[in-house]
Amino acid sequence: MAGLWLTAKLDISESLRAKWFFFYALIFGGLVVGLLVFGVTESRIMGITGLSRLLVTFIQITMAILPIFVLLSTVRSLAGDREAGVFEYLLALPVTLGGWYWGKFLGRFIVVFLPVFIAMFGSVLYGLVAGLDIPWFHFIYYTLLVISVSACFLGIGFMTSSLARSTDVSQAVAFLTWLLMLLFLDLILLGSIIKAHAPPETVIAIALANPLQTFRTASMMLFDPELILLGPSAYVILDTFGHAGYMAWSVLYPIVLGGLSASVGFWVFRRGDLP
Amino acid sequence: MTKTLIDVKDVTKVFKKQKTLDNLSLTIELGDRIALVGSNGAGKTTIIRCLLGEYTFDGEVLFDGMDPRKNREDVLGRIGFVPQIPPPLRMPVHDLVNYVAKACGTDTTQISEIATRMGLDIFEIEKKPFMKLSGGQKQKLLIAMALGRPCDLLVFDEPTANLDPAARQVLFDLLAERSDKSMIISSHRLEEVAALVNRVVEMDRGRIVLNDHVEDAVGTAGRLQCRVVISKYVEAFEKTISEWNFTSQDKMEWVGEVGGPDRLRFLGTLSRYVGLVKAVHMDEAGKA
Repeated sequence: MAGLWLTAKLDISESLRAKWFFFYALIFGGLVVGLLVFGVTESRIMGITGLSRLLVTFIQITMAILPIFVLLSTVRSLAGDREAGVFEYLLALPVTLGGWYWGKFLGRFIVVFLPVFIAMFGSVLYGLVAGLDIPWFHFIYYTLLVISVSACFLGIGFMTSSLARSTDVSQAVAFLTWLLMLLFLDLILLGSIIKAHAPPETVIAIALANPLQTFRTASMMLFDPELILLGPSAYVILDTFGHAGYMAWSVLYPIVLGGLSASVGFWVFRRGDLP
Repeated sequence: MTKTLIDVKDVTKVFKKQKTLDNLSLTIELGDRIALVGSNGAGKTTIIRCLLGEYTFDGEVLFDGMDPRKNREDVLGRIGFVPQIPPPLRMPVHDLVNYVAKACGTDTTQISEIATRMGLDIFEIEKKPFMKLSGGQKQKLLIAMALGRPCDLLVFDEPTANLDPAARQVLFDLLAERSDKSMIISSHRLEEVAALVNRVVEMDRGRIVLNDHVEDAVGTAGRLQCRVVISKYVEAFEKTISEWNFTSQDKMEWVGEVGGPDRLRFLGTLSRYVGLVKAVHMDEAGKA
């Protein structure tokens, strides 16, 4: 347990000085500032205005850029560290492999989650100061979604780094994974499948299994409860799961998927050559 | 009676169908100080990584009867390691030293004291990212972190590569103070480390081609009083010999001390000015 916290702290210390983290924090911090400056809280979409409007826009953009950012930065830094000899030195210290691997996962999770959360929390603070209504339910649900998306894509990133050992291969695999999920989004391939009269069970299974689709649907549910803006599979999902059921699914399933992926990564990591 | 510390039995390691270690067997006794020499690709780093539990392989490596992979904390808690290439860590020196100290169950003060002896003030550089230090500073810090912790075996990969003569002498003194510890010092060139060890293991293409004991009259802590006379003044020579802390009244006759294990390196330096050198005299310091 001591090794886990030590490694988590070490990874946080290392990440805070990495260029990717600088840009990452800048993007999410800048996003909230930009949305406030451009008066998103004053505008209205589908009846939603004020801070709810800002949070909805923020979570939409977050769900679009967070997965690919987390995937690429994770595989790049893990495989890069291995190639550069960081693993050779740090794994010669008396820390268990479990403590090392899960400590890195925990540290990276904190580093990925906190900037997005702080940006959202900053907007809530602004709302409190400006006297706006605070949509606490939106805020809590979106926080859970950010936890879920971070854990999911970190897990996939850790697994990819363990399987494909070089930086180049890891990056290519991570990008292809993201592209594959993108292709199976509701409005792209899923729409075509439905149009081709694929069995509804298949469509639902693909839509539910694809974490990108899950986040996309989930991030729209609070301001578009009928999912009018989404494609046909969203209706099927909504009919099958119900509103509350899908919200629970959208938070829990990606965490389980990320956890399973990271576990497969750990299994591969501990069985092979470490550096 | 000698006690076996490391037992390497029939170890074979294959990378992309090429054998890097070829059915290698080696026994290392407690107190052995081994120079592991060989050209690039001989398998030196691979055997070290097997010993550190970092590689999987066919065969068996036991450290005091334990498998390094299965007993990582017990085994690695007793091995101080300095890699050949310092890891490009972005974290500040303070964070790295704290991590190593806590992971190895030691105090940062001990690491700091050894670093100070090697001419490195940790407090001065504690906020600097490790990767921004000079090659020599990184090497000194890695050595301080390896020596500033309790261990039974020191594994050094090219330990003197980036050190100046003064820091090398301190390293030799520090190693002499730990003569009860076992050591594996990997190097391309035997003369770099010959005086630090009592056994030489030479590797070639994954096999051991030489496994012999060596005797040296000048121990690791020994110093040689030297006098060098040159036939004419050359600025480049002055610069070089000044790096060894030699002094001169007339810039023709130079005197200074050379660490016993450093004498071959010193003579190698002098050989670059062989046309200038009129006389060289070396005496063990403190002896007539």
